[in-house]
Amino acid sequence: MEKIINFAYIISSIMFIFGIKFMSKPDTARKGNLISSTGMLTAVIFTLLNKGLAYEYIIIGLLIGAAIGVYFARTVKMTGMPEMVALLNGFGGLSSLLVAFVVYINENSRGEILEIFQSTSIDFITLLTVISAIFIGGVTFTGSMVAWGKLSTKLSGKPMVFPFQKEFNLLVIVVVVISPLMYYIDDPGIKMLLIIALILISLIFGITSVIPIGGADMPVVISLLNSYSGLAASTAGIAIKNNLLIVTGVLVGASGIILTNIMCKAMNRSLANVLFSGMKKSKKVTGETEKKEHTALTTEDAFYVLEAAKSVMIVPGYGMAVAQAQHTVKELTDLLEKNDCEVYFGIHPVAGRMPGHMNVLLAEASIPYEQLKELEDSNNLLASTDVAIVIGANDVVNTSARDDENSEIYGMPILEVDKAKTVFVLKRSMNTGYAGIDNPLFYLENSRMIFGDAKETIQSFVSAFKEI
Amino acid sequence: MEVLFIVVLAIFLGFELINKVPSTLHTPLMSGSNAISGITLIGALELLERSSKDNIFVIILAVLAVIFASINVFGGYIVTDKMLKMFKSKKGDK
Repeated sequence: MEKIINFAYIISSIMFIFGIKFMSKPDTARKGNLISSTGMLTAVIFTLLNKGLAYEYIIIGLLIGAAIGVYFARTVKMTGMPEMVALLNGFGGLSSLLVAFVVYINENSRGEILEIFQSTSIDFITLLTVISAIFIGGVTFTGSMVAWGKLSTKLSGKPMVFPFQKEFNLLVIVVVVISPLMYYIDDPGIKMLLIIALILISLIFGITSVIPIGGADMPVVISLLNSYSGLAASTAGIAIKNNLLIVTGVLVGASGIILTNIMCKAMNRSLANVLFSGMKKSKKVTGETEKKEHTALTTEDAFYVLEAAKSVMIVPGYGMAVAQAQHTVKELTDLLEKNDCEVYFGIHPVAGRMPGHMNVLLAEASIPYEQLKELEDSNNLLASTDVAIVIGANDVVNTSARDDENSEIYGMPILEVDKAKTVFVLKRSMNTGYAGIDNPLFYLENSRMIFGDAKETIQSFVSAFKEI
Repeated sequence: MEVLFIVVLAIFLGFELINKVPSTLHTPLMSGSNAISGITLIGALELLERSSKDNIFVIILAVLAVIFASINVFGGYIVTDKMLKMFKSKKGDK
């Protein structure tokens, strides 16, 4: 029987691999997800063939989990996707933590509750993997919960810093690194207390390490936490001696790291910088007193410009998600195209709050993915574009990242909308964006500010087009 | 040692697989791989075999592990499918 189960595990690993592979092309992505879920189903079914499972409890657990999972998935709106991914990710981490903890208890005891503080039999390697799984799982759980809070705006998106933050986090890491030494403690009761303390420390560390990171850096954090949840599953797999968990967990871990790296590159920051710096205090550049004037434009005047345009590039940002303007944007796109104008979307990799956030929203509004251009293509197209419309994006079009060596975001690749003949910036007010950095783009000669709610502004373009 | 062998191979495989993903698919890929990380469900299920069945504390923890992992699995796969359903090509535009 065990051989059959192991064979099934190999099959499901292969399905995960093909699933992920298929998910890297838009045409096959849905099939990929289906293959990977079939792999999961295969693994579950064959695991259940194990003799002596406590089926009554398994069924209870599976039913409750499935019901909650399906409910979440059914009720979530596309705009709520970033926080949903964070939430689910956190649960995976928590589960790995629990698995590792139970492995420790089981190795340690049989029988009565209090016996978990007695007898000891755990070997060093198992202890090591249990500790790793507990730590990574715990950090994934509470870290994801904080990310969930920030993304759903239940917590402030601003970096929250507390005194001695760095020292505290460093101390935690040191404690965790030396914790396997508890192997040499003979008293199993003390050992158990140490494991419980470790769980608490990991949970706290998840909070203290994510809370100082600002909302705009969330794409990095989410993909990193995604990677952690894979590593947590993998280490739990080593602890429980299950190769399927090890392989699959590592696959997810590696893919998460790659994605994290892509996000960091898109911001021209190192991972360490994102994790530890919060957002640096902005160096106030002196000599900023030079007069800066922006040109505001009414929606009517803007409409005439749009009507004459032959090519338009729309650059969406988090503001579009907040205003839920994607469907109105689609309407405008259709009308512009009818008016013999080419419309493209310039998508910055870190626009929004998770990797690919804008793509999902625009897909929801049924904008074909061919129309969405990546950074490089967008910049090539922008030079021959009549109008660039910036909707609720700020940092990703901030020209100081390109031109001003003193800027704290200097070096971050941007969408160079200023290359277009005219730039419309849809914005609520002249307030600086999330990062609190002034954007020289707004004062350029070819920039026009259109103030107001992004959705209403676009809606008025749509109405104007319909009237002709 | 055997574990190390498996881990190293899987790391390389993971890097190779993900290296060239268009940014359009970053979110579904992330949520899809997130669902896969719910594989820890298998570990949780196995616990309910090995566990001392008379220790209620262990059973509660293991059942909780099953619950959270299956939320991750079910929620993750359905959410991913929901997103991918929306990605339309110009050709396939209905």
